[in-house]
Amino acid sequence: MNWWVLIAFVAAMLVLRWRRVGILTWVAAWLVGLYLVLNYVFVVPVPVSVIKIYMGIVSLSLFAFVLTDSQRMTEFWQPIQAFVVEPRYRPLLALVALAIPALVAFRIYADMTATPQAPFFARTVHPAPPDSIIVHDSELALGTADNPYRDLETSNPEEFKERLEKGRAVYYLNCFYCHGDLMAGAGMYAHALNPIPTNFQDPGTIAMLREAFLYWRIAKGAPGMPEEGGPWQSAMPAWESFLTEEEMWNVILFLYDFTGYQPRAVELH
Amino acid sequence: MSRKPPVLPILLGVLAMVAVIVASFKFLTTFDDKMAFKSPVRSEASVEAAETPRSQALRESSELAAAKELEKPYEEAEYRAVPRIGSRVAIWIVAQLHLLFAAFVLAVPIFALIIEFIGYRTGDERYDKLAYEFTKLLSASFSFTATLGAGLTFMLIILYPKFTNYLMSVFSPTFLPYVLLFFAEAGFLYSYYYGWGKFSPRVHLFLGLMLNVVGTALMFIANAWLTFMSTPAGIAESGALISTWDAITNYTWMPINIHRIIANVAFGGSIAAAYAAFQFLQAKTDEERAHYDWMGYMGNFVAICGLLPLPFAGYWLASEIYAFSQTMGLTMMGGAFSWLFIIQAILIGNLFLFANWYLWLGMGRIKGAERYRSFIWPMLVVITICFAIWATPRSILSTTEEVQAMGGSSHPMLGYLGVMSAKNTAVNILILTTFLSFVLYRRSGKIPTVSWAKQANFVQFLIFAGAATTVIGYGIAGYFVDAKTRIGFSVPQVGSVLAALVLVTLIDVFLLRNAETAETNWGKIRPISQYLLIMLAVTFTWLMGLMGYVRAGLRQHWHVFGVIRDTSVDAFTPSLGFATKVVSFTVLVFFLLIGFIFYLTGLTNKKSYQAIKDLTPRDVPGEPQVTPGLSAASSGATAMNAASGMPAGASGYSAAGHDSNPTLKT
Ligand code: HEC
Ligand code: HEM
Repeated sequence: MNWWVLIAFVAAMLVLRWRRVGILTWVAAWLVGLYLVLNYVFVVPVPVSVIKIYMGIVSLSLFAFVLTDSQRMTEFWQPIQAFVVEPRYRPLLALVALAIPALVAFRIYADMTATPQAPFFARTVHPAPPDSIIVHDSELALGTADNPYRDLETSNPEEFKERLEKGRAVYYLNCFYCHGDLMAGAGMYAHALNPIPTNFQDPGTIAMLREAFLYWRIAKGAPGMPEEGGPWQSAMPAWESFLTEEEMWNVILFLYDFTGYQPRAVELH
Repeated sequence: MSRKPPVLPILLGVLAMVAVIVASFKFLTTFDDKMAFKSPVRSEASVEAAETPRSQALRESSELAAAKELEKPYEEAEYRAVPRIGSRVAIWIVAQLHLLFAAFVLAVPIFALIIEFIGYRTGDERYDKLAYEFTKLLSASFSFTATLGAGLTFMLIILYPKFTNYLMSVFSPTFLPYVLLFFAEAGFLYSYYYGWGKFSPRVHLFLGLMLNVVGTALMFIANAWLTFMSTPAGIAESGALISTWDAITNYTWMPINIHRIIANVAFGGSIAAAYAAFQFLQAKTDEERAHYDWMGYMGNFVAICGLLPLPFAGYWLASEIYAFSQTMGLTMMGGAFSWLFIIQAILIGNLFLFANWYLWLGMGRIKGAERYRSFIWPMLVVITICFAIWATPRSILSTTEEVQAMGGSSHPMLGYLGVMSAKNTAVNILILTTFLSFVLYRRSGKIPTVSWAKQANFVQFLIFAGAATTVIGYGIAGYFVDAKTRIGFSVPQVGSVLAALVLVTLIDVFLLRNAETAETNWGKIRPISQYLLIMLAVTFTWLMGLMGYVRAGLRQHWHVFGVIRDTSVDAFTPSLGFATKVVSFTVLVFFLLIGFIFYLTGLTNKKSYQAIKDLTPRDVPGEPQVTPGLSAASSGATAMNAASGMPAGASGYSAAGHDSNPTLKT
């Protein structure tokens, strides 16, 4: 977070409020200010598509703000009207009249000279898994399957701990190159990969998935992704070729233990 | 100097062209004739006798073809195609239109009956008249619904014969009751409509009640068919029927029944409000404006009542889909359709914003409502924030570079707004705020006279604050617990909001007994409010269309999910962009049709042709009248017009009427 930008924004708005600026200035300040905040406050840039959504919502609200009150509406229109009608604004008006086509021209210029961009990346991060998979010759129904060792957590904490340790070994022997030592997706290879390795600390990944889902993703890797999970250049290996079933379940236990998340439970009817 | 057009050469040129064309045609045909095979003898008889090898072959092959036609075995067609647009799009549009009309026809009787009942209990004639006005919209809509339904059935049989046959085999016991119910629906509907004021009020209310019961039963049956397609039950893996009852009561049947009843009421209310707005904008007299303003207000009130519980019903539906199949649940919320839920969120946010905005504008018609004006902007801020959270996508549509920068397809900070805890909190607060808007609106029209008014206000405030705190508290706590507990948190969140709704309303009922009623100038509302009503109706309709696409699209390449595969050319999920276009087209057609119905219904309010002719000129309705409220509202626009028509005060033009225009006083 760039706190300075945020503080500057708040300060500017306070000054405007204190000076009791006209409603038109006020509305414009909010729009411009929020645009700047969205673009510059966050260290990790906010994607354009989200900025568009937010700006749309805020514009709509400002519109409602002005239009709910007839006095405000008159106040809003008066400067615009004056600008268009009054002779003393003529030169400025002429400038605006020139600026509009100039902006259009600039836009076209910018579009023509833009560096080519890869198209939007509408990858489905958590595609629907198949109903069942076969790993090492045994079939697993993904809809109902659960981690066979999950029960140990209460029934046999000792063995559970052992399994966690085994899972830890699996993770640091195989996974941390990509998923990172802190499971934040920042392993040493991460920067070269696209899509990048999943950040397990993010509340939107393993925290909302079932263990069977992870098992599927780990066992089948990128090659096992269905169509909507593409593009298929994900580097996630199909671990069934290297690990036993037990090892995979163990590492899943470890993933949840390390991040502190609980897996989504199987909902039975 | 003007030159005469050279007529002669032009004419000659045209003639020459025609001549050339005719000549070349003639030449070609003659040439062709010469080249073609001619039997050496020209008499007809001998031509037949002397069969050339070519004509013999032609004859034989046509005989063979004819013989084959006769031997052709009968084959059941699996599919038939509609030219150009394909079967799927054709049936999609017809089904969607049918659903929209059906929703309207089912919804109007629900609130017409309630309003009639209020009129009956309070003895207030206005309510009875209003209920009748709503009911008037029914009769033409009912015919449209039936026509579209018949069209849908025929199209199913023609275009998807095999699959339709299968559905029929599973649901065969439901069709006769459906037809009978439909018959009863028609009977009750028309006797309710034509019997207005002709039966004793109780009998009439009973007719209305039966109309609703029958209508709901109809919808429940139809819902069984379509929910079965998404979440089949009661059949073997091969698709063979085991139990029709199980097939009916499949996973999503009840959730869709409930979601639809509520959504239909909201949709019906908004369409009726749009009708009122349409009439308001055309109204010529203050009296008409007052009436339609009130009607629009009531329609919108109904729509809000439906809107508030909808999210809960939606979540139940979603969780049942998830419980039926993890695959389907993931496809919906995380997969191919997750992008659509961003659109859904934006539309729903719009609905809430518009509904509140309309209420705020409505305060303008109440004397003394100014004292609540300062509440508006904080509510607007809350709504904006909740709207933004509600619309924050979990996985974001982004370019590759943006994904690289974010370290995944969710933003490290905004990602926290995209998860369920945040969304639940946002939507619950949206509901609370909308309810608050409504309470304030009511309060601005009524001033309590009871001695304990101050304390009651304070308690109501505490209830609102308590509910908001509960919602936000659980929302934050949701980040620190496992998924199952988190899902469980939505229960206290929803519970506290519902409790607040009930408690505050209860207190209001007692508080506003014998309250002083402030003067409400129906009809004195800014016209923009009426456009809002129309926008609300359009948004609702669009939302229904899109969600229908989700429900049907979730089946992907199945007719009956996991059982009967779609093997037609359309067995792919249409892209979101394409679906939006089809839905938009359907919405457009729907509004054209319903506009026609509005127009027809408007005709029944008009005086008959003879009556208009007999009027003395003085009585002609539609003389322009100055309505103080309206002229004040539109003064901004008038000023603009005046100003642009007369660009400079410098031109020396200064009519007395324009002097009052502030901008020209420079
Ligand atoms: C070569 C790098 C690499 C290695 C090594 C690797 N992964 Fe991955 N993994 C990825 C990438 C890239 C993704 C994200 C793209 C995708 O979903 O396929 C991913 C995704 C996943 C997911 C899916 C998470 C979700 O939210 O759907 C799981 C689970 C996972 N990895 C577990 C593991 C485990 C366990 C190991 C070690 C046994 C491991 N990975 C090793 C690259 C790697
Ligand atoms: C404020 C919240 C919501 C509103 C206003 C809303 C509104 C609507 C409306 C108007 C319909 C059309 C009903 C009909 O066809 O008669 C609908 C259908 C549907 N809604 Fe919602 N909804 C909301 C929340 C949700 C949620 C949270 C979900 C699930 C994620 C959801 C899932 C669906 C589905 C799948 C349908 C299709 C049902 C069908 O037509 O068969 N809705 N919704």
